[in-house]
Amino acid sequence: MNLLQELWGSSLGRKYVMAVTGACLFLFAVGHMVGNLQVFLGAEPLNAYAHLLQSSPKLLWCARLTLLVIVILHVGSAVALTLENRAARPVAYVQARYEGSSLASRTMLLSGLILGCFVVFHLLHYTVRMPAVNLTGKDFADFQHTLADGTVCPDVYRMMIVGFSHRLVALFYAVGVTLLCFHLGHGVGAMFQSLGLKNRVWGSVVDRAAWVAAGVLWLGYLSIPVAVQLGLGKEVLP
Amino acid sequence: MRVRLKVWRQKHAHRPGGFHTYETPELNPNMSFLEMLDVVNEELTQRGEEPIAFDHDCREGICGTCSLVINGKPHGPHRGVATCQTYLRSFRDGDEIVVEPFRAKAFPLIKDLIVSRKAFDHIIQAGGFVSVRTGSAPDANALPIPKPDADRAMDAAQCIGCGACVAACKNASAMLFVAAKVSHLALLPQGKVERERRARAMVQAMEAAGFGGCSVTGSCEAVCPKEISLEFIARLNREYGRALLKGPN
Ligand code: FES
Repeated sequence: MNLLQELWGSSLGRKYVMAVTGACLFLFAVGHMVGNLQVFLGAEPLNAYAHLLQSSPKLLWCARLTLLVIVILHVGSAVALTLENRAARPVAYVQARYEGSSLASRTMLLSGLILGCFVVFHLLHYTVRMPAVNLTGKDFADFQHTLADGTVCPDVYRMMIVGFSHRLVALFYAVGVTLLCFHLGHGVGAMFQSLGLKNRVWGSVVDRAAWVAAGVLWLGYLSIPVAVQLGLGKEVLP
Repeated sequence: MRVRLKVWRQKHAHRPGGFHTYETPELNPNMSFLEMLDVVNEELTQRGEEPIAFDHDCREGICGTCSLVINGKPHGPHRGVATCQTYLRSFRDGDEIVVEPFRAKAFPLIKDLIVSRKAFDHIIQAGGFVSVRTGSAPDANALPIPKPDADRAMDAAQCIGCGACVAACKNASAMLFVAAKVSHLALLPQGKVERERRARAMVQAMEAAGFGGCSVTGSCEAVCPKEISLEFIARLNREYGRALLKGPN
């Protein structure tokens, strides 16, 4: 208990929390992208994969709650640190150049909070499947698919195609993932720094790798709405 | 050459301050920035006005007393150079130069461009020392220290404690300063003994003083007159984590 108190009690400790939870969220983002990319394999593989993830409600909720706790810790430490950081400079400079710092590094809270709003929309769109937010006039909950073994499951493939066929929604996703990658480009490198996992030999490699990883995620995530806009899966569209 | 100075003037902490503009007399481009302030002050004194208060001591870049945020950057335009080693030839004839004091809650303003950097002393008092008796200087090679460790410790020991890292950081964080001190001592055998206690105590003192946290923007490294590397902050993060896991002793 003492250790936890000390951990949360110092800015370095809260940065550890932010880094570890950030690492979990980054890994989730990678896994989620790889899963989603199966849309390029067609309806059957994607729906079978989605069905596998949803087949055990207990496990599913376990994973969802874990993610929720991680997000709360990540955002909580970010907000606490930002408030302290603001308080540390009560009188602002008239001229401030913030020499040597990147835009991404200075706007992590902003990019994070907008990203949070995007995630809420994304959950309403594809997880809760609230018809009002998908702008296509369809109810995604009605989409059913029969797998090769005869099980009936939600048609995630059709949901994705129909969802991204709306130009505005696709554009919004493009903005969302761009922001995500902007956040990760700085965040992944900073995570290593905060945990003390950087040194002069590979510190700059870590920083560069962070932007490469962010770029790969950006391409991966962006490829889906772009492909749908260019005609992927148009046979399922009405 | 001549320049126009826009300088922050403030009688003391409890009076509101503001910028005053001064046209300098003809200056020699090989004057240092501080010598230029001396010249301006001489004129002010002759006119019966209060001279601009600013911190300085060695004027050769080794004591860490000079400060100033010059055109938005602590210690002026160059990398790895302190204000006292900045020369007017780095500016152009007719330039307007904005001079502000270091701004941080932990560095309260005393007068004009002078701020109190006592908070750094408190951090050093908390753990920036080796408490065993070291006696007189040991014979060379009596205490073997690997060359890379010695080099790295000396890189960290270059910190002159000027506070530019705090002034430059958007969070007014003192992490680079504390990191330099903690790393310097933790890398050497005399300092290793107390490394956990030191990391913990210095971090506590840093936070008690009201400095912000590190968000890895790298501004501190970019303005440090001794070019202390961000690598040392990673080391401090490591040292502190280690101290937490070992528990208080
Ligand atoms: S006056 Fe000593 S370092 Fe500048």
